[in-house]
Amino acid sequence: MLFKKYDVIVVGAGHAGSEAAAAAANMGSKVLLVTMNLQTIAQMSCNPAMGGIAKGQIVREIDALGGYSGLVTDRTMIQFRMLNKSKGPAMWSPRAQSDRMLFSMEWRRMLEQTPNLDFWQDMVVGLIVKDNHIQGVKTSMGQVIEGQNVILTNGTFLNGKIHIGEKSFGGGRMGDRSSEGLTEQLIKLGFRADRMKTGTPVRVDGRTIDFSRLTEQKGDEVVTGFSYLEKVNLPKQRSCYIAYTSPRVHDMLKTGFQFSPMFNGRIEGVGPRYCPSIEDKVVRFSDKDSHQLFVEPEGWNTIEYYINGFSSSLPEDVQFKALREIEGFENAKIFRPGYAIEYDFFPPDQLQHSLETKLVKGLFFAGQINGTTGYEEAAGQGIIAGINAHSKTVGKEPLILKRSEAYIGVLIDDLITKGVDEPYRMFTSRAEYRILLRQDNADARLTERSFKIGLAKAERFNRFKQKQESISALIDFMDKTSVTPDQINGFLEKSGTSLLTQKIKLSSVLLRPQVELQQLIKSNRSLFDDVINKFNLKHDEIEAAEVLVKYKGYIDKEKELADKLMRLEHVKLKSDFDYHQLKSLSYEAREKLNLIKPETLGQASRISGVSPSDISVLAIYLGR
Amino acid sequence: MKYPDISREDTICALATPPGTGAIAVIRLSGIDSHAIINRLFKPMKAKDLNEVGSHRAVYGQILDKEQLIDDVLLTIFRAPHSYTGEDAIEIGCHGSIFIQQKIIELLLNAGARLAEPGEFTMRAFANKRFDLAQAEAVADLIASRSEAAHHLAINQMRGGFSKRIMELRQQLIDFTALIELELDFSEEDVEFADRNRFLQLLNDLKVEISQLIESFKTGNAIKTGIPVAIIGKPNVGKSTLLNAILNEEKAIVSEIPGTTRDTIEDTIILEGYSFRFIDTAGLRKSEDLVENLGIERAYEKIKQAAVILYVCDLASCTLESAEEMLEEFRNFLKDKDKRFILIGNKADLLAETPAHFKEMVELETIFISAKRKENINLITQSLIKVAQELQQDQDTIVSNARHYQALQKAFEALVSVEKGFEADLPTDLAAIDLRSAIHHLGSITGQISNEEVLGSIFSKFCIGK
Repeated sequence: MLFKKYDVIVVGAGHAGSEAAAAAANMGSKVLLVTMNLQTIAQMSCNPAMGGIAKGQIVREIDALGGYSGLVTDRTMIQFRMLNKSKGPAMWSPRAQSDRMLFSMEWRRMLEQTPNLDFWQDMVVGLIVKDNHIQGVKTSMGQVIEGQNVILTNGTFLNGKIHIGEKSFGGGRMGDRSSEGLTEQLIKLGFRADRMKTGTPVRVDGRTIDFSRLTEQKGDEVVTGFSYLEKVNLPKQRSCYIAYTSPRVHDMLKTGFQFSPMFNGRIEGVGPRYCPSIEDKVVRFSDKDSHQLFVEPEGWNTIEYYINGFSSSLPEDVQFKALREIEGFENAKIFRPGYAIEYDFFPPDQLQHSLETKLVKGLFFAGQINGTTGYEEAAGQGIIAGINAHSKTVGKEPLILKRSEAYIGVLIDDLITKGVDEPYRMFTSRAEYRILLRQDNADARLTERSFKIGLAKAERFNRFKQKQESISALIDFMDKTSVTPDQINGFLEKSGTSLLTQKIKLSSVLLRPQVELQQLIKSNRSLFDDVINKFNLKHDEIEAAEVLVKYKGYIDKEKELADKLMRLEHVKLKSDFDYHQLKSLSYEAREKLNLIKPETLGQASRISGVSPSDISVLAIYLGR
Repeated sequence: MKYPDISREDTICALATPPGTGAIAVIRLSGIDSHAIINRLFKPMKAKDLNEVGSHRAVYGQILDKEQLIDDVLLTIFRAPHSYTGEDAIEIGCHGSIFIQQKIIELLLNAGARLAEPGEFTMRAFANKRFDLAQAEAVADLIASRSEAAHHLAINQMRGGFSKRIMELRQQLIDFTALIELELDFSEEDVEFADRNRFLQLLNDLKVEISQLIESFKTGNAIKTGIPVAIIGKPNVGKSTLLNAILNEEKAIVSEIPGTTRDTIEDTIILEGYSFRFIDTAGLRKSEDLVENLGIERAYEKIKQAAVILYVCDLASCTLESAEEMLEEFRNFLKDKDKRFILIGNKADLLAETPAHFKEMVELETIFISAKRKENINLITQSLIKVAQELQQDQDTIVSNARHYQALQKAFEALVSVEKGFEADLPTDLAAIDLRSAIHHLGSITGQISNEEVLGSIFSKFCIGK
């Protein structure tokens, strides 16, 4: 036989599939990664960037759990920025431009070095299901591969259909075939499927762009990166550029509207409101004369540029002519036009929090198949699906992250509880406990848990423990050490805050909004020398200590609130309960509860249409 | 299946008897701090340490607002687990006036309790295994029907523009939140962010809106439970006689001895559809009689609560000097714009000559009456009806529900924190924490605002998406 029996078969090697395969294999499962094209592992199909607001936090969480996305990004980035640095620490969000080709290569290298992981290039065309249990997969080459668990991460490939102007053709991504057969089988098994749409912009030959007419956007001087394991080595960075559309560009775009699959109804799928095509922006915000575009380099050694914000499914000649109306792009040549893609997804209320489907045991979904968008969102689901497929193999409890614990927890709970109306992207405003879910403390939130379930390795755990010790030592030092007016007033004056009249604790000085710890240390270096040298304090440790001291009041407030609301999360609900029995519930609540089958009372309380009095009634009935 | 420990978190209170006036009312308090909370407002008649009172014992004493006596009450003490809820609990048996009920609940809230959700006592009872399932199921049906009735009640309570104002408030809150979140989640987008002045302006609009609703609680309550009218004046000017004349029945004790009315007496009448709650008060004078002094003190307290004040003077015994003093006092009262003052010249029938300062009294729209002979009483009732009509016109939006009132107050406090945050130039994500708390509290009135709505507002107004 060509194949042994696998513990976990991962279908698809995008960001979700790759993380899933890595996690399950690192935990000890025998894993097979099946992909239609081994040359495009963890391909960045859209813009060549990782992170950003809320998304950067997810990448940090994946890293804290022992995933690869952070490491791969750190090793392949060509530019780094910490976004929102002028805001509070909950908003600081790392973002990197990556070298698109290196990114994919580094992923493949890392996966190849992962034990227990096999590869197979083929298309999965069917699932083997017996008595609602998954048994394995069938491929287009006629292979039957047995597996105890299967994770589907098909991205935009399921019945993928590409639109450019009046042309449309099957495909999972420009240049790749779509995947057929799976949706139909899943519907037969009882799953609900629907269509979504997303798009991507034109790619331009950098030699034909007049960069002198664009605004340059450089990377940060301090590059902190994504991984808690390694330091980023980035002596040189590449810049992005900002360009603007004009009424002339808009007029040119309008000449193609009659051919637009968006406007003539040929696209049925729902697109994301926060990532509209340029034609959509021109129509919906017709009072705006100009829209901002980000011109992003695709790598160190390529002249290809990605025109972020110019996503379009207009005919390629219209895209081209409109592009040339943009200042700086008068002579531009294009490599490939933008296009829209429609694909099947499965409304994610059909999943449990472990990402296992409710209908078929051992079958997991992760990534765009669940109606999400974004590499980070996909990878975050992937690692959880990988962990939980392994847990299932060895008969352990699934890992379910709470909303107060991780953006990944918010993401999965939202998907399962609320379903999706449009491609789901993470925003910090989706998290109730934003100040707890910071990019600086993802390790404190997740690494120990991951170590205990066997994913995070000892090296990561020890590094984490040592970091926590350093942070506590510094906080302890600042709580115990006082400064006199003489020692500090010079610094306070420079910082623009009021002077001291008597001595106070260092931690109290730090509470002032104008005082930054790094600056404070610089101003009184000898005072801090002992603790810095003894614990060999690093940049990220000092920053973490500063956040914990400065924002303690807010952090404690949210923690308290989270603990309070947590109580409802501990009340488990039965998955086979028929809520129509409870006549005291409102009709809408009964319908919704029967559809979603929430796992806990807390989850039930977040379902729209379930009122607080419904929750009271439910609580009363819970005794059985 | 183990039930969570939700019951231990805080202490709840609510009226246990049906709302409205009765002979007595029972207010229930349950939770870990029940005894600590009651100790803050209860004084036992016989100096007894409440902590030493056993379960299922009654204790007689007074509910005090600071030093002010609110009511004589009978407490029934229950100790966990031997109570309806299974927690430490107290039942307060008080007199059945709506004012007393609300005042005691208000004092309990101030002392650290919170209003119970519908069915929460029962939920706790179930949580603490005071019920078996069959009983719980019966109660659950009851709760459902009750909350439905409560829902109808709430809708019926919404008078005039209440519903509209609440919708506007909700929209304002979504817009404000959207502007804040826009700056946080979409700082990289090419959109124009609101400046600090815009934020402060919006915040101020919200605060004004909410504080108006909070203020309207007083009127809302007044219209629901009767517009409080206080009759004040020097001893023996005929306040009680006047009250009797208005009420047309002998409720107040009327006598010739100054200081007979030692307590405030309340009665309610309905005039042309408006309900008035009359508060007769002890005469305003200094006295050696301690009990009477207590009554006088309480009279001043009543003036504070009243919306309309009938200031009665005795025309017959009015000297030039006392009239001067009296008018001076009355003019001082008029400075209080929140209340309506009506000057009443009583005993006009005993008048032999033009009273002192007659001209000035006419200018102050004094109503000349004889309470004893029931002359010109209709002029007073006409004035009262006019006041009621004006009150209702002023407030087309009325909060009359204590839970709404509490939620609005908490939301207001949270918005003050947001404002302080802005003034201190705190990062907006920190101000957003307080904003979320305001949304949470308002959510119980306006309906929860979901982050989908906030995002929806952002996407509809700003061009997001690079």
